[in-house]
Amino acid sequence: MNATVVKVGIADLKVAKSPELLRTSGLGSCVGVVIYDLSSKIAGLAHIMLPSSELSKDKNQNQMKYADTAIDLLVQLLIDQGAKTYAMKSKLAGGAQMFTFTSSNDTLRVGKRNTEAVLKRLEKHRIPVIAKDVGGNSGRTIEFNTDTGMLKIKTVNQGIGEI
Amino acid sequence: MTYIDQLSNYHLDVLKEIGNIGSGNATTSLSKLLNRRVEMKVPSVRLLDFNEMMDIVGGAEEIVVSIFLRLSGDFPGNMFFVLSPTQAESFVHKITGDVQFSFDDLDEIGLSAIQELGNILAGSYLSALSDFTKLAIHPSVPSLTMDMAGAVLTQGLIELSQESDYAIIIDTIIKDHDSNHDSTNGHFFLLPDPGAFSKLFDALGVSE
Repeated sequence: MNATVVKVGIADLKVAKSPELLRTSGLGSCVGVVIYDLSSKIAGLAHIMLPSSELSKDKNQNQMKYADTAIDLLVQLLIDQGAKTYAMKSKLAGGAQMFTFTSSNDTLRVGKRNTEAVLKRLEKHRIPVIAKDVGGNSGRTIEFNTDTGMLKIKTVNQGIGEI
Repeated sequence: MTYIDQLSNYHLDVLKEIGNIGSGNATTSLSKLLNRRVEMKVPSVRLLDFNEMMDIVGGAEEIVVSIFLRLSGDFPGNMFFVLSPTQAESFVHKITGDVQFSFDDLDEIGLSAIQELGNILAGSYLSALSDFTKLAIHPSVPSLTMDMAGAVLTQGLIELSQESDYAIIIDTIIKDHDSNHDSTNGHFFLLPDPGAFSKLFDALGVSE
């Protein structure tokens, strides 16, 4: 039986229930965060692009784009769908540095800043991080199994792994 | 109101012409370098959201060879030269004469050749642009990566994603005549930062 795959785009987030799979493709400096409640078999995935909504110059903010607002929104959506806050756990992947430059340009280190911002926000919600695969310089495609709580990670050079 | 709402159709035509001048020059360089015919399509200027941009190159997971330059000076922005791995390999074969080269086992000479190719093409694109607009454009050293399109291209969106969920993208498709693969089209992407437009239009005297 093939489970339905719920696709999450860039600066996007979705919630899914077992036996659905949550998937996002081509994470570079972006971070994919899964927050899940295995007892309720419900999970959400956010594809985060930037660390903080406070630095944004955009008036009509897309809350799904920033680590702080996306995680807040994701937690709320999960609660609305019946997940228990105390049972929530998290896994994340991404935050790579795709290009190396000698320049001091801050945007090139956005992967690391994204990861830090995500971890900080998860801590604020007291959601434990069970596993993470972050940094490096490879793009990642991730797929979360809402039934088993396993996160499958695919890269171009290292093939497929699971955390 | 965002910077995007301020652009008229007339401005989009100006951007298209910019792409035409730049990529016309670059395509000529490429053709000389490969010593064969290379065709270029009329550039398109499109307003795309981030996910639509990935679709142009075959989806976020599609593996692409990409040469990336960050532009600073009067015209800040990002530039990409994106190729399929097969197409990049065929370019390396032609330039180095080493038909064994493959991205499966990364060989220094081949990689260096493709990086230099990117350097030359971006250089001719940008110098044409700079001559036409009289703007000072300073490209960074080009950086070569082969990875998923989503991972690669989002790097060029970071700057403008702080202001908007859409990107103005000046896209030129180049078609290589010797290649048998129909799908292997290369792309020049020029992604100006939000702040780049007013200076550009001022320089060309079309700000209103």
